[in-house]
Amino acid sequence: MKLYESQAREILHKYNINFPKGEAAASVDEAAKIYSQLGTKRSVIKAQVLAGGRGKGGGVKIVETLEEAKAFAAKLIGSRLITAQTGEKGTPVNKVLVAEAIDIKSELYLAISIDRSTSKITIISSTDGGTEIEEVSAKTPHKISKEQINPLLGVLNFQARQIAQNLNLTGSLATKGSSLIKNLFKIFIENDCSLLEINPLVLTPNDEIVVLDIKIDIDDNALFRQKDSLETQEPSDVSSAESMASAAGLSYIGLDGNIGCLVNGAGLAMATMDIIKLYGGSPANFLDVGGDAPVERVTTAFEIIFTDPHVAGVLVNIFGGIMKCDIVAEGIIHAIKKVDIKVPLVVRLEGTNVEIARKMLDDSKLNIIFADSMKDASEKIIKAVNEN
Amino acid sequence: MSILINKETKVICQGITGHSGKFHTEHMLEYGTKILAGVTPGKGGTQIFDVPVFDSMKEAIEETGCDTSIIYVPAPFAADAIIEASEGGIKLIICITEGIPTIDMLRVKAYIDTQRSRLIGPNCPGIITPGESKIGIMPGYIHTPGPVGVVSRSGTLTYEAVWQLTQRNVGQSTCIGIGGDPVIGTTFIDTLKLFQEDSDTEAIVMIGEIGGSAEEEAAEFIKCEVTKPVISFIAGLTAPKGRRMGHAGAIIAGGKGTVAEKVSCLRSVGVTVVDSPADIGEAVKKVLG
Repeated sequence: MKLYESQAREILHKYNINFPKGEAAASVDEAAKIYSQLGTKRSVIKAQVLAGGRGKGGGVKIVETLEEAKAFAAKLIGSRLITAQTGEKGTPVNKVLVAEAIDIKSELYLAISIDRSTSKITIISSTDGGTEIEEVSAKTPHKISKEQINPLLGVLNFQARQIAQNLNLTGSLATKGSSLIKNLFKIFIENDCSLLEINPLVLTPNDEIVVLDIKIDIDDNALFRQKDSLETQEPSDVSSAESMASAAGLSYIGLDGNIGCLVNGAGLAMATMDIIKLYGGSPANFLDVGGDAPVERVTTAFEIIFTDPHVAGVLVNIFGGIMKCDIVAEGIIHAIKKVDIKVPLVVRLEGTNVEIARKMLDDSKLNIIFADSMKDASEKIIKAVNEN
Repeated sequence: MSILINKETKVICQGITGHSGKFHTEHMLEYGTKILAGVTPGKGGTQIFDVPVFDSMKEAIEETGCDTSIIYVPAPFAADAIIEASEGGIKLIICITEGIPTIDMLRVKAYIDTQRSRLIGPNCPGIITPGESKIGIMPGYIHTPGPVGVVSRSGTLTYEAVWQLTQRNVGQSTCIGIGGDPVIGTTFIDTLKLFQEDSDTEAIVMIGEIGGSAEEEAAEFIKCEVTKPVISFIAGLTAPKGRRMGHAGAIIAGGKGTVAEKVSCLRSVGVTVVDSPADIGEAVKKVLG
């Protein structure tokens, strides 16, 4: 789960980390109030969206007067911001952050992430802050340093000193830098982060180290013990079908095609989309109904698929392991009655309790096209959709 | 005719009294797997399908002498269960549980690497040596004994591949699901090494998916160390960038971890990569001749 910058700042505050004073505002009046309270003429107004590339997308501006602050807040709040990461539809801006503008001597980059190939935590640092790290990595890879942290040991002093040195922090700044690095690592662990990225981390003319912008992703698997983040999470730009799916315990991602997919298992769900494409069709969604799905969840899955008006046919592909095929069959029968499915439905079932399931579907006399393999199923659904 | 497990393998089921643990214990016993004990704290002294239940792994191991365990413990407690198994001296730990926090798994991995235990998973279907032992949640009947080793990051997609093989009378030596999480115990490389050393495995099916670089690393290993034919499929060609496709580890992040990259790496080292998941069985049959 991605956190908004304003939420990430709340975490920084709890750990006594230096960041520019300011607050998030949901209206122009609020923004004006915060601007006035800050009392610093030069302030920065930033769109609170989960996508990156806000600066280039026109979502960040330095303002010098109250009028300017109000005008820019009015422009952002309620608009849709388009950045390199949002796609052409953009993402809605519900809030803006109004914060003091900081005098910058130099911009650094510091991030903590999980290195999947070594199963360790990596601290990435660069003296080239302020630009996208992918760009730095492509053009000047020697300017990026990585320190591997053993998750059982945490950041050791020598490692924190090394990272501070990589950032060209010397003298008293080296000490400040080391302690900041250890503190950030603590945040990473205690909040179950999967990414913590500071870009830029700035050095002020007074030799203060300030976190100017922060991005935090929380591990979805750990949300059960990160209640705080859950409570502060606001409705985002995730589609209603996707939030409906996650509430029901299934994972759904809407796509551009017209063949709805209901599959168990993420790998098989992806492979089902792939094969539809390969045979000339176009998948409408990714949907993994999960391991041990009860009948209601299968019914909900159908309802979610049909929230997309472009769906012209549905392919059910279930290979039972934990998932019992008879449960899927019951769900299908229930769903057809409840959802009133008017488009072709191709069903391919295999695995645990498949015989019971086939008999149930046969006995139901419902209008189902049966398939006995993935190839058969994808050919049948594409044919049925084209004919319909 | 297998790697890691055979008909002699003696198993403890951790979380045996839970919904999934109970359901799959019944199916594993039916398959012929030697499940000699179960563990659920607080349920010691009871029995499930004539299998004695213990309060701790220590007791269960002392009483039964098992060296393998399967874990169905819920995600918040699963990391603890893995370490309990390892501390007790279990050599092969298979963790089925989905949804374990990554930070927990980082710690488990760092710990287990210093022990003599091997971990398979988490978030995986388990391991099966057809006709001998099934330690996992896969449907048993789709498998048949034979010369093909199967390793996969996915669960149900593995069943799909295995079923294609069985329908073509191509049997399997051992099938392993290594799991769909970003941090896992046994990797593609570990499994490829075991299959390469196993005299009864003649060909290897490797099923990957988007996200991470495990397939690229496997390609490098295959180039240097694997002489047996490898047939592969990588799922996620149609997956949008930056979205987590069900598995915690299946995400194209920063443009990295795409199907195209993985397929090109694997093909460059001589792996037969099929474009359609429906062609896995035929491709293996052709390679075996």
